[in-house]
Amino acid sequence: MSSTTAPPAVQRPLTGTAAVKAVRKRLSGSLASVLVIAIGVMWTIPTFGLFINSFRSKEDAATTGWWVFFLHPSFSLSGYDQVLTSQGGLIIPLVNSLAITIPATIIPIFVASMAGYSLAWMRFRGSDAIFFALFALQVVPLQMALVPLQQYYVHGLQIAGVTILPSPGVNGTLTQIWLSHTMFSLPLAVFLLHNFIAQLPSSLIEAARVDGASHLRIFRSIVLPLSMPAIASFSIFQFLWVWNDLLVAKTFGGSNPDMQPVTARMQSLVGSYGAHQELLAPAGFLTIVIPLIVFLSLQRYFVRGLLAGSVKG
Amino acid sequence: MATAYLLMASSTAGQAATTLLGVIEAVGGFIAILVIVFFVAGRATGRLQKPIAVVICLGPALFLVTLGLIIPAITTINNSLKNQQFLGQLDTQYIGFKNYTYAFTDPTTQQTILRTVLWLLIVPAAAVAVGLLVALLVDRMKYSSVPKTMIFLPTAISFVGAAVIWSYVYNYVTPSQPQTGLLSEIVMKLGWSNPPNWLITAPTNTFLEMVIMIWIQAGFAMVVLGAALKAIPDEVIESARLDGAEGFTLFRTVQIPMIRNTLVVVLTTVMITTLKVFDIVFTINNGNFDTDVLARQMYADMFVTSQVSRGSALAVILFLAVTPLVFYNIRQLRRERETR
Repeated sequence: MSSTTAPPAVQRPLTGTAAVKAVRKRLSGSLASVLVIAIGVMWTIPTFGLFINSFRSKEDAATTGWWVFFLHPSFSLSGYDQVLTSQGGLIIPLVNSLAITIPATIIPIFVASMAGYSLAWMRFRGSDAIFFALFALQVVPLQMALVPLQQYYVHGLQIAGVTILPSPGVNGTLTQIWLSHTMFSLPLAVFLLHNFIAQLPSSLIEAARVDGASHLRIFRSIVLPLSMPAIASFSIFQFLWVWNDLLVAKTFGGSNPDMQPVTARMQSLVGSYGAHQELLAPAGFLTIVIPLIVFLSLQRYFVRGLLAGSVKG
Repeated sequence: MATAYLLMASSTAGQAATTLLGVIEAVGGFIAILVIVFFVAGRATGRLQKPIAVVICLGPALFLVTLGLIIPAITTINNSLKNQQFLGQLDTQYIGFKNYTYAFTDPTTQQTILRTVLWLLIVPAAAVAVGLLVALLVDRMKYSSVPKTMIFLPTAISFVGAAVIWSYVYNYVTPSQPQTGLLSEIVMKLGWSNPPNWLITAPTNTFLEMVIMIWIQAGFAMVVLGAALKAIPDEVIESARLDGAEGFTLFRTVQIPMIRNTLVVVLTTVMITTLKVFDIVFTINNGNFDTDVLARQMYADMFVTSQVSRGSALAVILFLAVTPLVFYNIRQLRRERETR
């Protein structure tokens, strides 16, 4: 409740301490605004600088700071042209990022919502324990899984020299990146979707059961459509997470440039000191623009998921 | 020249089309399999109906986490007790806790661990402080969505993208030349005529890399803490105001105690993310110039310098550090749900 929203209770001019208080209140209100705007600007300037630099010519960007643009405006699309069309440009990495992100978002949605539904509505012995165990698996950092999982993709699952599961034969394809992201996402995904599905009105599901609908039918025709808000939240999470990931892509995509997503390509651009410095700004901006669009247009769902995942449960 | 250019463009388009077609095939195939399984299993009736449904719905998830998390975690713990050097090496032996002793006694690794602890102490506290400050300030403000979005925006930016963005801030140019890095420009305008080459000067570089992480995480803290502040009932704030609590007093005696749980959860969540920080350090200077952290050295041990077991030991150390934080969060979440 701020001073601006509360209607003034007293109409006559304030005097003495009351006046001092009112003035201080008003001042602290505008001081707060100034401070917030200052922090907001501080937080935006680095990105803004990259954006400006991406539209300057190679020479300008290499010899002067981006702020010079406002004194001597110069405009050039050559950076974008080179990034988009040259060999080793960003087109293929951008396509790869999409090719990695879309399946790695869609597959976990189905796997996790099915699991969430069965744990919430098909009560059986141990369902609570399984739910808790799945959730608790969040403690396993994906770093722990990298080497063994890579070995599995190459050699299959072996225990004491005995092959228990043969290699899935996906080594060197995008499939192993999809699979890995799916596996790593499941603890959080099942948790988020289960919590939402468990809160669907039981009368709805009971009624469908009375009408003779099977579990699978209920899932398909009632649970899945009604869970769309939770699915939207999770999808944005997963989309941003996979698009922005570097470690999984580097580990399971290897050094194969045909499978590199933009993050891996950018990382090697930054790393190759000076070789393509001039491309860094346009390439960097292209890398962040898609998640930014997704984020800005679906921020509401993202925040909802964030709150459900980290505070509310 | 022109034909070569066209040829290349068409080959790029061809490659892109092939990749995307593969995606459509994969997703389509996955959904088709689901539909078929649902159709076939949907014909089952009677006593078997429920068990079949349970297996179909829960099976894939359990299979995937077993294969992707449980077995690998056990394997990594096992690996950390061996002397495996490169991937796929067969003639390995158990050497007890030597890899762990090494991690804590080797000077370089010791430095890495210490640096990770420093990250862990500074980044979450700073990110939460900024987030809390903004959340408190905008809590009493009308038009706050624009600055809030500006602060929240970095959440959507990858660590690699953030590293690129900040490389234009930390860029170093000889002081006699026009500056291209914002930081150098600012400190030189303020009168420091000879700033260091930021990213290769230890220990400054570590702190500058921390700034990037704080920049990313502050928005998350702001949003979650802002929601918690908003959830404090108006009556509580009003009655505290009537009792004369204003500004900082209100903040210290009413608002902070009421969002304490959320505050701790946000802090631990940022801690967990910070412990695993890899991309920023890896991208900016690959852990050189005294910037290495646990997750980066672990990656190098495993995949670059052929010390799989040592890397596994670091992964287990990471796991042991994360575990209490996660369990604390889970307990907090459960408690909060019970009170509702």
